[in-house]
Amino acid sequence: MLKCRTVCKKIAPLARASSTLCRQNVRRTGMKHGRILPHVPAVNMATGPAGASRQNQFYVLLVGATCLGGTIYTYQTVTGAQKRYDERFAVLHQATSEEIAPSTQTESPAAEAIGTAEAVSQSEPQAAPAAEEPSPLSTGAEAAPSETTEPLPGPDSALASLKLPSHAPYLLIGGGTASFAAARSIRARDPGARVLIVTDEPDLPYMRPPLSKELWFADDPAVTDTLRFKQWNGKERSIYFQPPSFYISPEELSSAENGGVAVFTGRKVVHMDVRGNKVQLDDNTEISYDKCLIATGGVPRNLQVLERAGEEVLNKTTLFRKIEDFRSLDKVSRNIKSIAVIGGGFLGSELSCALGRRSQDSGLEVIQMFPEKGNMGKVLPEYLSNWTTDKVKKEGVKVISEALVKSVTCKDDQLEIQLKDGRLVKTDHIVAAVGLEPNVDLAKSAGLEVDSDFGGFRVNAELQARSNIWVAGDAACFYDIRLGRRRVEHHDHAVVSGRLAGENMTGANKPYWHQSMFWSDLGPDVGYEAIGIVDSSLPTVGVFAKATAKDTPKAATEQSGTGIRSESETEEVALSPVASTTPAPAVTHKDDYGKGVIFYLRDKVVVGIILWNVFNRMPIARKIIKDGEEHTDLNEVAKLFNIHED
Amino acid sequence: MSYCKQEGKDRVIFVTKEDHEAPSNAELVADDPNDPYEEHGLILPNGDINWNCPCLGGMASGPCGSQFKEAFSCFHYSTEEVKGSECIDHFRNMQECMQKFPELYPQEDEKESSNQPEASSGSDSVAAPTESSASAQESDSVPDNQDAS
Repeated sequence: MLKCRTVCKKIAPLARASSTLCRQNVRRTGMKHGRILPHVPAVNMATGPAGASRQNQFYVLLVGATCLGGTIYTYQTVTGAQKRYDERFAVLHQATSEEIAPSTQTESPAAEAIGTAEAVSQSEPQAAPAAEEPSPLSTGAEAAPSETTEPLPGPDSALASLKLPSHAPYLLIGGGTASFAAARSIRARDPGARVLIVTDEPDLPYMRPPLSKELWFADDPAVTDTLRFKQWNGKERSIYFQPPSFYISPEELSSAENGGVAVFTGRKVVHMDVRGNKVQLDDNTEISYDKCLIATGGVPRNLQVLERAGEEVLNKTTLFRKIEDFRSLDKVSRNIKSIAVIGGGFLGSELSCALGRRSQDSGLEVIQMFPEKGNMGKVLPEYLSNWTTDKVKKEGVKVISEALVKSVTCKDDQLEIQLKDGRLVKTDHIVAAVGLEPNVDLAKSAGLEVDSDFGGFRVNAELQARSNIWVAGDAACFYDIRLGRRRVEHHDHAVVSGRLAGENMTGANKPYWHQSMFWSDLGPDVGYEAIGIVDSSLPTVGVFAKATAKDTPKAATEQSGTGIRSESETEEVALSPVASTTPAPAVTHKDDYGKGVIFYLRDKVVVGIILWNVFNRMPIARKIIKDGEEHTDLNEVAKLFNIHED
Repeated sequence: MSYCKQEGKDRVIFVTKEDHEAPSNAELVADDPNDPYEEHGLILPNGDINWNCPCLGGMASGPCGSQFKEAFSCFHYSTEEVKGSECIDHFRNMQECMQKFPELYPQEDEKESSNQPEASSGSDSVAAPTESSASAQESDSVPDNQDAS
């Protein structure tokens, strides 16, 4: 913009000069070019000289008008931004005015609108952080819309402290897996710690994997209420990490003798003041902290075509992540004839298999479509992805691969999905499982860095963003000493990183070192555990053996007596190996990929490993990745896994 | 007989049991027992109890966490002939606390006494976690107290 202005400034007088000359010359006939050019040496007119003087005029006017228009636009944008900035500060000042004795209380709630406008024009642009400054500029207009009476800061703040702690030594933003793991870690290491979890969900911390797997296989019809599921070994458990009695109420947090973990549900943190070490919730309450963890996770991504498709289509679309999504999808899937899952990754494939399983009883048509060639196309090498797709199809899913959605319309109460290659798919409901958008809403107000490659908050190897702020879970883009900067969206990573963040919040200063793993089950016959960077674009080496009936996820958990895969390794030490009385009959697989190990290589170093239908060997895989060595013969490395044994 | 095929950039090897019978000659880097980054088992290298061990589940972090820590520490450092004999009061406090939260600490004999054998077979329980320390340090996604029988 500025460049343009300076250029225009230079050109304009010259242009004017030349146009005057041109006009003068037009009156005469028989022009000589030689006379014109010396006068306007710097101007290089695109149009011809003499006879095109009208055009020159027009050209000059056009350029001038553009510059003027640009200048006006710039000015408006800048002043608009200034206005927004001022408004924001005014709002913040109003918010803090509740806590500090407002200097003026002349504005009544009804005049709040006027007061805001006044504050906008009066407040200093470089006002100090919206902290305890009793700025006379804040006109004391009521911030909380619900407040109708004059603010009485004394009794109000006393009431507020009864209702809510205004200070939490450990504040965890987000109430998911990472947050809970951190809370537990903090409590274990800091005796009597007072931990406050603030979550915008209405639920206490729970684990997500069963939402797309085990809960769908539960026999109990009341599963949507109880959220309890039976594991393969028969043991039942709830998806909640702990029952409500584990937690203390936020009101008791400050006074509890031995501290505790309090969860504040249904509240969202909207603003973070790093300088003042405090956050602001959506109801304008402020909570200050000593150490803070941001574990905000993410929100499911949506396809642009779906967002643009209109309300009717959106009403028939589910973005799957939370308990409420599970409940609504469960309900919907019982009442419709056909459902389409868009997305071929973990969530999409797991949901398809779960719904496909259900379809065998209810006759529900389950369609899964994705742009890749096969299920888990971005994770598994092609041959394995194809094999997996066949298995998914056997679960009763109609798989449409290499499908790009062009548009979706609602016709006769049915959804019509038009694919780019011309195919048309008709269905009653859509589940979009196309990725997760990390929630970095607080980055702006907190002044935290957001990673442009992976998304999420950028943190160091110790998960620290700033001095007293850590980030863990799906939202953390961290530096992995071994594997480089990454962001991981898996359950075990949330646990590992949450624990690590909790440890570091209590002074441990440890980097991310214990590699997290992940797993997936696609039906009872296909299960795998994986660790590290598992990206199908990397060269792979797979070592396979023939599988027997013992090598299924079901058998693995039955043997170890646990339900969740990552747990089976901690429990393993406590249980004696189950001796099978009779040798299981060998199940012949038509294809060859019964069980094995797949190594993912980057510059000849193993950076990722998949254990394909081979269980309870994760420690060996972890060790190999930790070493980071170049192995010349990966078959020898594969021997370490004893894939032929159970 | 093992055979190999190449699918583009991906190599696939099929092996029989016999192929894998010979011990592996792959070299693994020796673990440093004093590595500060490594996760530890129940007992830290300096002899202290690792309260953050996944094997403890939520015992040290729940509402009865402090009572549990007192009792277990007392036992751990006890040098009496009958280990932990002087810690009866602590264990009683812990039990009383746990009885207040039946949901969290199911009141079965095995549950309570499971703490005792774990404590009493001190060396065994130490050996088990540290031996398979790599596996024992799997992050727990499940609090064990929660498991209803």
